[in-house]
Amino acid sequence: MDDVAIRLVVNGRARELAVEPRRLLVETIRDDLGLTGTKVGCDTGQCGACTVLLDGAAVKSCTVLAVQADGAEVRTVESLAPDRETLHPLQGAFVEHHGLQCGYCTPGMLMAALDLIAHDPDPDDDAIRAAIDGNLCRCTGYQPIIESIRAGAAAMREGAA
Amino acid sequence: MIPAPFAYSRASSLDEALDLLLRHGEEARVVAGGQSLLPLMKLRLARPERLIDIGRLDALRGIHRLADGRLAIGALTTYAELLDSPAVMAYALVTDALPTIGDVQVRNRGTIGGAIVHADPASDLPAVLLALDAELVARSAERGERVVPIGDALLGPFTTALERDELLVEIRLPQASGAYGSAYRKLAQRASGFAIAGVAAVLGRTDAPPDGAFDDVRLAVTGVGEQPYRASAAEAALAGTACDAAAVATAVALVTDGIEVGADIHADREYRAAMAAVMATRAIEAALERPR
Repeated sequence: MDDVAIRLVVNGRARELAVEPRRLLVETIRDDLGLTGTKVGCDTGQCGACTVLLDGAAVKSCTVLAVQADGAEVRTVESLAPDRETLHPLQGAFVEHHGLQCGYCTPGMLMAALDLIAHDPDPDDDAIRAAIDGNLCRCTGYQPIIESIRAGAAAMREGAA
Repeated sequence: MIPAPFAYSRASSLDEALDLLLRHGEEARVVAGGQSLLPLMKLRLARPERLIDIGRLDALRGIHRLADGRLAIGALTTYAELLDSPAVMAYALVTDALPTIGDVQVRNRGTIGGAIVHADPASDLPAVLLALDAELVARSAERGERVVPIGDALLGPFTTALERDELLVEIRLPQASGAYGSAYRKLAQRASGFAIAGVAAVLGRTDAPPDGAFDDVRLAVTGVGEQPYRASAAEAALAGTACDAAAVATAVALVTDGIEVGADIHADREYRAAMAAVMATRAIEAALERPR
């Protein structure tokens, strides 16, 4: 099938590319744009490792076509520490509170948490649990992740104050 | 997993979408949020030759009140937008159901219209909308608009009464009323969240009868039969009673009356039917607790 021209703003940078209609957004992010921070875990819309922000809302990029994202703003985990030196406060909290072991689910956890904190800057644990309902972790255990998000939200509130 | 190749058309207006459906309806599928369709395409259980993307039709998005007090919800309104709407959340059973659907990411993309036309036999919203007596507004390029009660629209698993050239554009809910209590309860399959058995209950007193009886009783069941259905025998048993424990027990025993109860690896027939009765009891009891 004919390629379709799309425009995306990815982590603040305008990108133009031509994609097959069946190309998944996660393939465009990882393979066309080389942003491999976003992971593919299950490829069936269940694990949440591929979560990115699409116009500010957390979505599973394995269950969005790249052509559906035409004209949208995409934010991936690479946007959190753009200079690769200073971690985002949420990332710092994951390090501090042992929010990761293998780290494969972490980019998705971070992006899902950012969607939550944008709506609810001071989330309680129930709100955090609900926010990461669509993100699976197979090694760390969820409690340190919940603690990391709670601490990260607090650090972000301090940073904003 | 990669979907089979397909042609792609993005509609920039409702008229263009309807024209595309008229020309390609036989071999095309409409995509909005894609949260049900894309997984099926990746598994190649669905292989449409063309996708008609209506995701940009902002005219089909949003919630407004009609002059007669009914609530009109655009078919492209996402679950997340429904959750943010006080007018939608005024329906207690909707408040019960929405947070249990998918997860945050699915609710950010998935739409109310998509949930209806996908017509999964175990999805939540069709049961909720059945219990609310919702109406669907469908449009086609050649025949214009028609209104279909949701009970007439759900024909079977993944099958609706919409024609190939028709697009679901709006869902209309009767005005929420203080004379009604409602609730939705489900036993969810743990991994998917879909209903093994889910029951939506609406209990109403339309003319405040002195004996406290409910004269408008609606029970809708999902996950149990070939499609979400109204449990009419159970409704009839409950109507005219005050929904005391004995009346509820009699009614919920009829909740799968006349239904071919489904069986799968998650629940056999006997268990699923028993859970339908349990969820019906819980939904009725919760509806009784709600302000009326």
